[in-house]
Amino acid sequence: MQQPPPGAGAPNTPVLEVRNLETQFFTEAGVLRAVDGVSFTVAAGETLGIVGESGSGKSVTASSLIRLLDEPGRIVGGEVSFQGRDVLAMTAEELRSLRGNAVAMVFQDPMTSLNPVLRVAQQMVETMMAHGRFDQATATERAVSLLGRMGITAPERAITGYPHQFSGGMRQRVMLAMGFSNEPVLLIADEPTTALDVTIQAQILDLISELNRDFNAAIILISHALGVIASVCQRVLVMYAGEVVEEGPTEAVLADPRHPYTWALINAVPRVDRAMPASKRLLTIEGSPPDPMHVTAGCRFQERCPFRIARCSEHPSLDEVADGRKARCWIARSGEPLPATAVAPAGQPATSAAAPRQPSEPPAGQQAPLLSVRGLVKHFTLPRQDLFGKRKIVRAVDGVDLDIARGETVGLVGESGCGKSTFARLVVRIHEPTAGSVVFAGNDIAQATAAEIRPLRRRMQMVFQDPYASLNPRMTVGDILSEPLQFHGLTSSPAATRARVEELLSAVGLTPRMIGRYPHEFSGGQRQRISIARALALEPEFIVADEPISSLDVNIQAQIINLLIDLQERLRLTYLFIAHDLAVVRHICDRIVVFYLGKVVEIARAHDLFTAPLHPYTRYLISAVPIPDAAAERRRQRLPLVGEPPSAIDPPSGCCFRTRCPIAKPVCAEVAPPLLPAGPGQGPEHVAACHFPGQF
Amino acid sequence: MSNAATSLTLDPARSAPPLSKARRWLRRYGLPAFGVLVIVSWVLVAALAPLLAPYAPAAVDVTARLHPPSAQHWLGTDALGRDIFTRLMFGARISLLTGAVVVLVSAVLGTLLGAIAAYARGRFEELIMRVTDLVLCFPPIILAMAIAAALGIGTFNTIVAMLVVWWPKFARLARSLVLVQRSQEYVEAAVVLGLSPARIVLRHIVPNAVGPLIVLVTLDVGNAIITFAGLSFLGLGVVPPTPEWGSMVSEGRELIEQWWVATFPGLAILSVVLGFNFLGDGIRDWLDPRSRRR
Amino acid sequence: MAHYLVSRLAMAAIMALLSTLVIFLLANTVPGDPVLSQLGDLAASNKEFVAEWRAKWGLDLPLWQRYLIFLERLAHGDLGISIASQRPVLRDIADFAPATIELASIAFLLSIAIGVPLGVLAAVRRDSWIDHVARLISLLGVSAPTFWLAFIVLALFYGGLQIAPGTGRIDTIALPPPSTTGLYLIDSALAGDWQLFRDALAHLILPSTVLAAATLGLITRTTRASMLDSLQQDFVRVARAKGLKERRIVVGHVLPNALIPVVTLGGLAYANLLTGAVMTETIFSWPGLGRYTFRSAVALDFPAIMGITLVVAVTYLFINLLVDISYALLDPRVVR
Repeated sequence: MQQPPPGAGAPNTPVLEVRNLETQFFTEAGVLRAVDGVSFTVAAGETLGIVGESGSGKSVTASSLIRLLDEPGRIVGGEVSFQGRDVLAMTAEELRSLRGNAVAMVFQDPMTSLNPVLRVAQQMVETMMAHGRFDQATATERAVSLLGRMGITAPERAITGYPHQFSGGMRQRVMLAMGFSNEPVLLIADEPTTALDVTIQAQILDLISELNRDFNAAIILISHALGVIASVCQRVLVMYAGEVVEEGPTEAVLADPRHPYTWALINAVPRVDRAMPASKRLLTIEGSPPDPMHVTAGCRFQERCPFRIARCSEHPSLDEVADGRKARCWIARSGEPLPATAVAPAGQPATSAAAPRQPSEPPAGQQAPLLSVRGLVKHFTLPRQDLFGKRKIVRAVDGVDLDIARGETVGLVGESGCGKSTFARLVVRIHEPTAGSVVFAGNDIAQATAAEIRPLRRRMQMVFQDPYASLNPRMTVGDILSEPLQFHGLTSSPAATRARVEELLSAVGLTPRMIGRYPHEFSGGQRQRISIARALALEPEFIVADEPISSLDVNIQAQIINLLIDLQERLRLTYLFIAHDLAVVRHICDRIVVFYLGKVVEIARAHDLFTAPLHPYTRYLISAVPIPDAAAERRRQRLPLVGEPPSAIDPPSGCCFRTRCPIAKPVCAEVAPPLLPAGPGQGPEHVAACHFPGQF
Repeated sequence: MSNAATSLTLDPARSAPPLSKARRWLRRYGLPAFGVLVIVSWVLVAALAPLLAPYAPAAVDVTARLHPPSAQHWLGTDALGRDIFTRLMFGARISLLTGAVVVLVSAVLGTLLGAIAAYARGRFEELIMRVTDLVLCFPPIILAMAIAAALGIGTFNTIVAMLVVWWPKFARLARSLVLVQRSQEYVEAAVVLGLSPARIVLRHIVPNAVGPLIVLVTLDVGNAIITFAGLSFLGLGVVPPTPEWGSMVSEGRELIEQWWVATFPGLAILSVVLGFNFLGDGIRDWLDPRSRRR
Repeated sequence: MAHYLVSRLAMAAIMALLSTLVIFLLANTVPGDPVLSQLGDLAASNKEFVAEWRAKWGLDLPLWQRYLIFLERLAHGDLGISIASQRPVLRDIADFAPATIELASIAFLLSIAIGVPLGVLAAVRRDSWIDHVARLISLLGVSAPTFWLAFIVLALFYGGLQIAPGTGRIDTIALPPPSTTGLYLIDSALAGDWQLFRDALAHLILPSTVLAAATLGLITRTTRASMLDSLQQDFVRVARAKGLKERRIVVGHVLPNALIPVVTLGGLAYANLLTGAVMTETIFSWPGLGRYTFRSAVALDFPAIMGITLVVAVTYLFINLLVDISYALLDPRVVR
């Protein structure tokens, strides 16, 4: 095996130096300045994080480093120097021998990153052979050992498989093995865990940290999530509108942000390790990033900045504001820290003026629950694979009991494929249950016909996950909102309809001027507001929100959360809130239900669940969530949940979690544990389906 | 030169000189516009044939058999001395009519069956899909030929035969489109809003599913015209004196010396089919957001 | 894989059985009485004779019994007697098939050998001259009626330029080679008669090119579209990031994915070649199944038409079975 080329070993010599990088996209509509003068360095063996919201230019920066841009993107200026060599001046052949060799890259979506028709072995071996460092036999041997190193069981057998036989997490391990196969000096990881579940994300992040240590490769980790950066990176760059706005050691930046944008970013996300104070509202900043086609003079953040001063109309440079800290901000130059979170600055949205939240009414006992689900089951029959094949059955939801009281917010969490979205669709009867009852306001709707349910539709509504798919692209916003009003005869005249539509738009923070526009003219956050307005049109009591914020940027997430909280207080709504982000759920929910493989494994009040989880799976879930606080991340010992959820086609006997449970005993394979109150001092409000609750 | 290698250019001169507006329009809509022009011209010719044609389509003139193109007979005459130019104009009527009828009727029928199958699921869907499987297990023209032969020669019978083999592809496409639409979140949202099934189908599913159907219909008219001409060529389309392009080629197929007899009707078919292909490709590009930026 | 194979075979067998039912119903329930057409006008006017004939062929039995009889005869290879040739239809088909197989095989090879590389180049060099050429060829291929194209080519290269031989499989004065396979190229090569081989090859050039045109257009078009689609996939970006050579990315990564939809064209290509063969053989006086079909259609030779339809349908099913199998071989995701 070859040694890394000279220049990589010496400490403090930067492996990578980027100066004034400018990358632009020459579209028909105009020139888009995706990266606009970015400079940074990466030292040997260092871990650097780049964080920013979508469109901030972080991914384009990553691709520009090895000139992996798609048309019509071009690097128009600046310097990229890797180990002293000018990357921008390299010939195609020099560039090719750099890529995948000294610089490796791992991408966001492991499901599409591997070629589906080639065996894993071939894809790994060709990477090593392309750079002439290994012969076929050595490369194959090395591929097996690397897969083993990445935590893939039975690598000799796995390597002969095709990508579709691997889960997303496993594929990302293969991608990492491939990335490290030529002993790179630098690994660029572009949102490597965004497409993965939280427990798998934790596994991959731990693996990346280990690889950094063991291989001494420098790592650039690109992510939209501060928590992810905090758990891996020593240093962080914060990008906004194509520029670096802040740079510094991760711990210092997160604890004491100097740029108002960083400050807003940190305070917009709820934290899984803390209960929120009385007000559930998150700090948000108004507006959206500037149009990258028409960048204005002055600070690009000025229009949204709560601390704005007169000088902000001049464009600030990225300057040292403290020891090892840089920020692109006039205010930060004074060296003063920004206020702590609790103090709401000027420019805080008006919503925060609302009254502090009432504690929710006790869920059970006093009054009949608004929604009562008993023994709910949904089995999907898969189409026959072939003529003689048995029809396989997916047990998406497999016997769920749940009560939701009026005015309550119940959170539903679990990994993808656990049945939480199916459960949501059963409750609002998009799907018909296979068995069980769904009693809504006294009516069992589980087997009711569409006509019988129609009157109840007005009282329960749903907000969907994907703001791009949940609005009919061929209807204007006005049509989308007036359709339910007219269909249910809620408004008597066109004028009344229009007035009501305008009222709905203002209720979700949009202006009535937008009434004639089509969905594609709106941003993701605005679309989600329209989706919420549509749900509100019928004045429902109960809203099922199926991951309503998971595809949005953090600041927009915070805005939508605030909106939902606001609406709940004003309209006395009851929510079933489905999410995979535990921090958000902890933040807004009264009670939380944990799903695993179509079953409920634990239900508890939010505080109890996070402070004293009973089910081992719940503990793992909480532990896997990265915290945007480098110090806390370092103190915390992450619990390593091994493996992946079993298939819902063939669930394990007994307790469904036993195959991954560290405290499983023989009884767990035989008897399915019932959902019972458990643990010292736990009332009937805290139930878990475990034979040994709280013993892990 | 690899794509990746060209992606970096520091030379500003190479950074995408914007095409002029007219050239960009021509590049994007030029061929489809040409297609429309061809189709419209043929439709006009077909409609106005009795007014425009210099001769009667069935006027036999034994003194002027197999004359080459000349001032009297622009495109020459056939073995019976009939004017080819005239017959070509009248032939447009049958070709365009059969093409349109076959495609429109089978599109409506097939789409309805496919959409109902996808919406109803269960037994009905099984039945419809098995029947389409069965029809699709014959090469279409061979089956159409067998049916046409069984029904007897005649334009109507040939159209019926073509309809039998034509509808299944629309049924399949419509079914898959509806199945995709059904799981879209905005359709689910419409269900949750309690809208009636008819309204969901008409307002939410149809407008979003109709694009690919329109593309298929457009591209398919050309296909149907070729097929009908082919069946006519085999003697199964029209009853002899009727002017029809396929049978005109058939009449001239052995007259290699008198090339004009078969050449011009064939060119007519080619031009119409090209027209529909240009138009269909244009509509597809226009509907496909991925190919829109070029 | 074995499981998949057996399942597909069973499916094909069921469809084959059902297609015999379709043919049977077509032959027995349509307006034109097949018996009358078989008997001829004179005999048909004699009622007694007709009744006797019907009884003889079991036509007075209920439909399902007649179907069983039809199946039984089918099992013995009896497809009925052709009116035109007065010979068993199956014998006619067997006699005429080799000429068509020879012609269609060459046309098929031509369309793949040209269509796939052309489609690949067009996609890789998008918007270059080769892309425009490919687009023109595929458009003309699918838009030009085969019967007309055959005529034009013959009139131009044989009638006009006189650089190609005329109609038929070999020169009119030449004797066919001793029949082993029925394919003149192979038979003449086996007999060592190279002059005849050259003659047969020369006669194949024009008709096979014409026959290839439609399929070529289809293959070029599909290959190009599917290549463009695959080129946009994430794994191509990954392959570039791995430092693979551009040629290796196209050939090793993009092409294997892009070929999958092309393989599914197999059935369509067969249907195309077959219909094309009817037209091409008619123009080129090629003594194959296509011309036999044309003559049967023109003469309304009902038993022959039904026999051909059945044979063609069964072959079509077989081709589609092959397509399914190669699909499974190319795409590991199909068979679990």
